[in-house]
Amino acid sequence: MAASSRNRSYRIAVASGKGGTGKTTVALNLAAMFGEPLQLADCDVEEPNVNLFLRCDQVEATEVTMLVPEVDQQCCNGCGACGELCQFRGIVAIGTRALVFPELCHGCGGCALVCPTGAITERPHRIGTISAGQSGAIRLIEGRLEVGVSLVPPVIRAVRDGLMDGIPAILDAPPGTSCPVVATLRESDYLLLVTDPTPFGLHDLKLAVALARELNLACGVVVNRAGEDLVGLYGYCRSENLPVLLSLPDDRQIAEITSRGDLVARVLPEYGLMFAELAEKLKQELGTTGGTP
Amino acid sequence: MNTIAFTTAGQELAAALDPRFGRAANFLIYDTDQKTTRIIENQQGRSASQGAGIQAAETIVRAGVDALVTGHCGPKAFKVLDAAGVKVFNCTAATVDEALQQLQAGKLTAAENSDVEGHW
Amino acid sequence: MSKEHIRELVVLSGKGGTGKTSVTASFALLAKKAVLADCDVDAADLHLLLTPMVEQRHAFMSGHEAVIRQQDCTGCGICMDSCRFDAIRREDISYRIDPVACEGCGVCYRLCPVKAIDFPDRVCGEWMVSGTRCGPMVHAQLGVAAENSGKLVTTVREQAWAVAVDKRIPLIISDGPPGIGCPVIASLSGVSLAVVITEPTVSGLHDLQRLLALARYFSVPTAVCVNKWDINPQQTERIEAAAEAAGAAILGRIRYDRSVTQAQLQQKAVVELEAAAGDDIRVVWKQVTELL
Repeated sequence: MAASSRNRSYRIAVASGKGGTGKTTVALNLAAMFGEPLQLADCDVEEPNVNLFLRCDQVEATEVTMLVPEVDQQCCNGCGACGELCQFRGIVAIGTRALVFPELCHGCGGCALVCPTGAITERPHRIGTISAGQSGAIRLIEGRLEVGVSLVPPVIRAVRDGLMDGIPAILDAPPGTSCPVVATLRESDYLLLVTDPTPFGLHDLKLAVALARELNLACGVVVNRAGEDLVGLYGYCRSENLPVLLSLPDDRQIAEITSRGDLVARVLPEYGLMFAELAEKLKQELGTTGGTP
Repeated sequence: MNTIAFTTAGQELAAALDPRFGRAANFLIYDTDQKTTRIIENQQGRSASQGAGIQAAETIVRAGVDALVTGHCGPKAFKVLDAAGVKVFNCTAATVDEALQQLQAGKLTAAENSDVEGHW
Repeated sequence: MSKEHIRELVVLSGKGGTGKTSVTASFALLAKKAVLADCDVDAADLHLLLTPMVEQRHAFMSGHEAVIRQQDCTGCGICMDSCRFDAIRREDISYRIDPVACEGCGVCYRLCPVKAIDFPDRVCGEWMVSGTRCGPMVHAQLGVAAENSGKLVTTVREQAWAVAVDKRIPLIISDGPPGIGCPVIASLSGVSLAVVITEPTVSGLHDLQRLLALARYFSVPTAVCVNKWDINPQQTERIEAAAEAAGAAILGRIRYDRSVTQAQLQQKAVVELEAAAGDDIRVVWKQVTELL
């Protein structure tokens, strides 16, 4: 996907195969040292915690809705076609009525299409909230899933839709490689994978790389807590043609500063420099490769 | 009330009563007239990724039961059973047999609502 | 052995990376007899420390996917027009469905005028039953980009229970999934004790509170242990206070110790090494056994 389109600036997703590698820490510090106005999207809608580190002004919140069925029981003839089609038990035909369970609905529209009497209409149902605010040069967009809702990707799609044209964006993905992560990575131009040199880190990095290949996404690696044996990890990255764009030492100070809700790049100048260099390298990766591997 | 469903992991009246509905292994269907039992496996409920209670409810409604006796019944399952006119009795008896005795002795009252919060 | 005599312990964390899996492996070593269940199916790591020998493998099926039979497709495009998930694209004279984007809703399958779309069951991963030096282990791996509803977690738990009953083992130790969504709910409901491993950070406290609320919802007794507590002793105290206020037991603390990584590199649990953190974990485990 070309990063040079006139309307859209580039999007860098930050993900990791497992949780706790420091993905959000990297996304935040990278954003802080990016050197130009940018957007930071918190796509971990089940547990958004980017906001814990940034003080935001002018916060605006909007609802995220999904179309769910509404049944006019007078018109319902109890044929059961809706319940038969529904794969998710969002609508269930019982006796001469159709019961709707909005929290299970995936919004496919199938029930409304197959209803022979036109008894089903679709109406917006709240599944989450998008909040947007400004923190210095960073515009933070956060998605938050409504408690009780099972379907995550539509809220993440809404976060992506909330990104403005013309300003680069960093997207903080949820951990893992299942469908919420895929929803975050769609339409991204580059994937920054955060790992650590433990066997857990390497194992889960491979899962994340498999996903990146599946989605045809160019990627690079950030190694966090790089204090131990790095041969295995670096060997793997070389064999997969993955550039290691930043290596953060296993420095207890990083853990301490982050645990307080501060950004290490803003507190310690040597880290500020590292993240500024990471930003430069990423811009180079996007300039030369255009985002395709 | 002629046909009653009990949740259980076992196969007969002496088996333990399963406190869960949506993810129960089996339904023991008891006919009060004939005094016979039959087992329906809760295949749909057990294998559902979501809406297990709804699947289980649909299964016993299709089997034509008049009432359900179980430990707990969540809100989605309750909504389906209520719409189908199936009475729900919450019971803490250890076995299906004890639960049946409590029901027939009039010790159980039909639930007005689900008694636990839902999950998938 | 009847089910009433079996205790099930799940180790959770709220957010990932708090050391949950490392602690679970140590618990597995310290327990005299237990069945292990790795319910962290999205990023399963427990096997890296327990080195299981796989005895059985099973495909995990969940939901469906739609597949167009190209040779029967007439190119009418009704499928693409009706797909709400942007999963269908034009390809030459016919259409193709992206399996990653396909939600498995069945609408295109129902609407295709020439029935050129199949709707098979979807393989979303696999689950295994294995042997380890600590006892039998049930584990799984979710497929890349698969839905993570909790169904695979439920399968792993059920199989662990079956093994426990069959082999007469009275304890199941489960490495739980991160977060508070459906997979966690699937790992939590009906367990004897939920042990939460947390870390002394701002997000650690925030996520712990959400997780404790979830456990209360399901009436599951909880106990909390702060890992790497000496990174931020003040925050550790705040977390323990919040945990107590929420009705959770306090199990003790584990210090920041590089031995945890050393253990991983050697494919061992921390308690199998000479490590200060290992001693801390032993104290925590003693508390756990008293609560169970």
